[in-house]
Amino acid sequence: MILKTTIQGFVTAVKGLLLTVRHLFGAKKSRQSFDIRKADYFDKQEGVTTVQFPKEKMPIPEVARYQLHVEIDDCIVCDLCAKACPVDCITIESIKSPVPIGKTSDGSVKRLYAAQFDIDMAKCMYCGLCTVVCPTECITMTNQYDRSSTKLTDLIYSFAEMTEEEIAQRKAEWTRFQAEKEAAKQK
Amino acid sequence: MSDIILHIIVAVVLFGFIAMFALFAVYAERKIAGFVQDRLGPMETGKYGLLQTIADILKLLQKELINPSATDKILFIVAPVIIFGAVFLGYTVLPWGPDFIPASTYTGLYFIMAVVSIDAIGILMAGWGSNNKYSLLGSIRAIAQMVSYEIPVGLSLIAAVMITQTLNLNEIALQQGILSATPIKFLGVWEVTDIGGILAWNIFQAPHLLVVYIIFFVATLAECNRAPFDIPEAESELIGGFHTEYGGIRFAFIFLAEYAMMFLVAMLGAVIFIGGWNTPLPNIGVLRLADWTTGIAWGIFWTLAKTLTLVGIQMWIRWTLPRFRADQLMSLCWKIMIPIAFACLAISGLWRILVMN
Repeated sequence: MILKTTIQGFVTAVKGLLLTVRHLFGAKKSRQSFDIRKADYFDKQEGVTTVQFPKEKMPIPEVARYQLHVEIDDCIVCDLCAKACPVDCITIESIKSPVPIGKTSDGSVKRLYAAQFDIDMAKCMYCGLCTVVCPTECITMTNQYDRSSTKLTDLIYSFAEMTEEEIAQRKAEWTRFQAEKEAAKQK
Repeated sequence: MSDIILHIIVAVVLFGFIAMFALFAVYAERKIAGFVQDRLGPMETGKYGLLQTIADILKLLQKELINPSATDKILFIVAPVIIFGAVFLGYTVLPWGPDFIPASTYTGLYFIMAVVSIDAIGILMAGWGSNNKYSLLGSIRAIAQMVSYEIPVGLSLIAAVMITQTLNLNEIALQQGILSATPIKFLGVWEVTDIGGILAWNIFQAPHLLVVYIIFFVATLAECNRAPFDIPEAESELIGGFHTEYGGIRFAFIFLAEYAMMFLVAMLGAVIFIGGWNTPLPNIGVLRLADWTTGIAWGIFWTLAKTLTLVGIQMWIRWTLPRFRADQLMSLCWKIMIPIAFACLAISGLWRILVMN
């Protein structure tokens, strides 16, 4: 009994050793195909599989669950994305405008200024819900995934383009407009 | 006086060699591990990661020596020195070439067995002195394993020594090649004293020594605490085993001892069973290959070639086989290897009396 197990053990050990030595010498080659969308992907996988990351990169789809981007010119500041976000990583501050500001590329009328449009990528869970609810499709997921940083605050991406003075000016415009409206009502 | 200086130089050269070997072996080990697992191993430090181990050792040397407050100070500090010293002493009696040996003693093999056993005490000191449950568990396992495996190692060496009739390792190597003073018979029948080469090696002088050699190899693997017998270190169970609490240069010494031990047992096996510094090439008629490839330089070359191949095999085994369970380890030792070693011991005696006369 014990002799049988020992012999079996040695035989399987030798089998294992032959397997590993094949890989040892197979490491002269490295895999040829990195793109899983190619038809012959699985035929070219012999040898070293390592991808030396910063130098080499795996091909990825153009748009997938990677970092977010906001095309701020197309944004109507509706706040839907911030509401949809399960982890509350989007912070939006809007200023109302007395007159329509302009139109987005798909024809929606913009009536709000985006004073602040921050996305905290450290909080983001890459679920993509914000891109689904966006009425103008201005918030999209890109193919960027490697934006490492030594400062945590670098991961808060700011997409608003307004300066401090502009914000103050627009705020003042709106308060004036409202005051005028109030005054008109009083009469 | 000049004798003492010579002895010191020999020791320093050997230490330098062991340190260099450890650096090289760690790099080789990581590369082999990588290739076996379809990875690349270290690639960033230097070309193909060649400077990786040098960077590692520089890091270890710079590190602060930390004494955890609950340790047994003396045991904790002395243990790495004893662990390394025990292995280092073993190198005194190993031959590198024809009559090229640090100390040619009549009790060489016995001496190695004696000093290498001290290693176990060092490990126990490290484990106990650390005052950490993982370290203690690791060292308990190490002692159980090393004491058990000392027996098959001893028995296999006795089986070999019964054939060679000497404990002097230089003599043992000498008897396996063309420089032998006594006649050599291939498989006990064909006189090959003049042909030499691979035919004159001990495993072919008495073929059952091949089995003995396998036992010796497996048992010494366990003595080194190498995978698949690495239950004293067992990273996945015991953090680092007996060296959990060590850092910096003390850890470097424990690590150095492990690699020195690998080289030591590989070289010991090479000397006793596969001809040591003797060439594997036989004389064939006018092609005096064995004559041409014998000498001190060739001796060192063959010793290194054989030993490094064996070290490579140790690494290959490490990255293939999973760790033994403690009871499997003991049953392999006591139920398989010791009985077979005893049988081989008996065959050795009979072979010596009946065939080699």
